[in-house]
Amino acid sequence: MNSANYLYLSAMLFTIGAVGVVIRRNAIVVFMCIELMLNAANLAFVTFARINGTLDGQIIAFFTMVVAACEVVVGLAIIVTIFRSRRSTSVDDASLLKR
Amino acid sequence: MIRLSLEIGQTQKPEAILFYILAPLSVLAALGMLIVRKAVHSALLLAWVMITLAIFYIALDAAFLGIVQIVVYTGAVMMLFLFILMLVGVDAPDSLTENIKGHRATAIVAALGFGGLLISLIGRATLNHVSVGLAMANEPGNVQGLASLIFTQYVFPFEVISALLITAALGAMVLAHSQKSAGARLSQRALSSVRFRGDSLANAAGLPSSGVFARHNAVDVPALLPDGTPAKNSISGVLTARGDVQDSTQYALGSLPKVDDESGDK
Repeated sequence: MNSANYLYLSAMLFTIGAVGVVIRRNAIVVFMCIELMLNAANLAFVTFARINGTLDGQIIAFFTMVVAACEVVVGLAIIVTIFRSRRSTSVDDASLLKR
Repeated sequence: MIRLSLEIGQTQKPEAILFYILAPLSVLAALGMLIVRKAVHSALLLAWVMITLAIFYIALDAAFLGIVQIVVYTGAVMMLFLFILMLVGVDAPDSLTENIKGHRATAIVAALGFGGLLISLIGRATLNHVSVGLAMANEPGNVQGLASLIFTQYVFPFEVISALLITAALGAMVLAHSQKSAGARLSQRALSSVRFRGDSLANAAGLPSSGVFARHNAVDVPALLPDGTPAKNSISGVLTARGDVQDSTQYALGSLPKVDDESGDK
């Protein structure tokens, strides 16, 4: 088996995550799909680390995990705040700019 | 030389078996995330995808990242997601109807194009390359190798990212903190006046309790009104939203026992 198979898997997971961000409307599920995309990118980094024979890819993946954790913490706090004022987590309801 | 590197480039057979079993499972779980209606099920499927990714990391000679993936993602991040779901998501069902016409079909077609583009690019880009393998880089041990890079070459990004993490924690505290104003809470007198001087005295004696007398007393069984219909306000609204309410008519007596008439003789 070629190492590139991991890259194909990573591309598929990234695409699925992108579709989820576009078609789901619950803000929490949208966030989970963003997490899936970050994880797919991480898989590509780790695979490239092995293909290139250096550990730099693994370090970038480690940093991505930290950034993803920050993003989840702040994002979920924003969702809780929006829910508190609007009683809804649907991304369609938060359309202040439209009206 | 080329033959040798090709042999290094090919992964071992057990890893191939692992990959061909777990990769379809993770893709199926990721697809299921898009399809399932309840956010909790999406969260559980995502947790499964993350566990498979952790296994792949370990197979890819990244043992440290594999463990961190399980601890940070399936441990911390998914628990955070589930906590927030319990806070907000339970009685907020996700509607799957389209607001914009053709939105979903367009998204799927665009995604097929995007995925096809990515995969064909990867196929072209790595066809003639061979993988070096991490045997040399991991020689002192994966954790030691990562540490010697993080604390020398990558020490500045490491500091910056720790500052980012602290900032995010502070930001979350500021955002999620709610200052309850003292006047917002109704006094006991005001509550009592709402209850007894309101429009109707229907709830003056409190809401009915759940359960069907002497047959079933669980909280998810609505009480039966004298006319045999279930009393909706005898159960918690959260249970109604989750769809966990049982049909209480199945616990009603099928046929009422004959009540003796006024004379009282048998």
